[in-house]
Amino acid sequence: MKNKLLVFAVAIVVILGAFAGGVYMFQQNQKEEINFLAEKHAEVFKRNYSPTLGNKDAKVFIIEFLDPECESCRAFHPRVKALMEEFSGKVQLVVRYAPFHQNSEIAIRALEASRKQNKYWEALDLLFQTQPEWGNHHNPQPDLIFEYLPRLGIDMDQLSKDMESFQIDNIIKQDSEDLQILGVRGTPTFFVNGKPLPRFSYQDLRNLVSQEVEKLYGK
Amino acid sequence: MTDSSSDKLNPFIFACWLVATVATLGSLFFSEIMKFPPCVLCWYQRIAMYPLAVIFMVGAFKGARSCFSYSLPVAVIGWIIALYHNLLHYGIVPESASPCMQGVSCATVYVNWFGFVTIPILSFTAFSIILVLLFFMKRTFTNEK
Repeated sequence: MKNKLLVFAVAIVVILGAFAGGVYMFQQNQKEEINFLAEKHAEVFKRNYSPTLGNKDAKVFIIEFLDPECESCRAFHPRVKALMEEFSGKVQLVVRYAPFHQNSEIAIRALEASRKQNKYWEALDLLFQTQPEWGNHHNPQPDLIFEYLPRLGIDMDQLSKDMESFQIDNIIKQDSEDLQILGVRGTPTFFVNGKPLPRFSYQDLRNLVSQEVEKLYGK
Repeated sequence: MTDSSSDKLNPFIFACWLVATVATLGSLFFSEIMKFPPCVLCWYQRIAMYPLAVIFMVGAFKGARSCFSYSLPVAVIGWIIALYHNLLHYGIVPESASPCMQGVSCATVYVNWFGFVTIPILSFTAFSIILVLLFFMKRTFTNEK
């Protein structure tokens, strides 16, 4: 009996040790890879076409991989905007797409087509605000998007034409490639000047942003 | 010999326990650390594999014969699901015939080491090793009679 216990105890310690070692190595690798990308391939984080909000000369970039149909992105949206206010002029927001839900692509196409009419941020606000209706997971009604958007004074004939453009195809394709490279598997995923959040929480996002602001602008 | 606990550790049960435990932790590594979302079929295989890690541990203390009869059906069920998953993975069974309605497709390839080691192959291998070990353990019972 005692012998058996000893064998199992040793085996468990060895296995758990290997597991912990694997976790550490994996996380270390991932950190190094992201650092490498941030230094050598900044375009993976921010493409020329990516929509940005805030001062164009701001040195702190909040890169957000979002999905208009994701509830958590909806919950974060006002808080990200509050951050933009708090560090106004020093921070810019870059939107990248992670179409992980059923109707994400329709919503993204509608957003990008609204951008052509200079209504991008209004449309993003509206889609998040009305998400429980059009993006309800039990009864999704993506067509509702096209009933809401005219409220912003968007030309809907033009919008439906623009939605099919190959530019939008390319944006979605490139963003999807970049999120694979960066290992983004959930939304929203944030990077602040190429640094991932240590933990997924609003507080961690705020801390990281204020750290970067302090570093680049002083206290 | 009766089916009571003996002082000697049954090497077959211990080996089965090792395989089940490594498979359990390995699958948790894929989902919790590497953040690969498990598909429906993966979940069914986990439902079979996770309790095996516990059954074999208890079995090592309580007796090999009863452990054999409790673990065999669970391992067989897991093995069948793993077999089906591999057939799906390699396109022998069409994806449309799979039970994944939404979320993660069971045919998505996340890991491909050396060109052929995928997650479903790892699972199938683990269940197969456990079944082979159980088969050889059963032969030791009949020899003892």
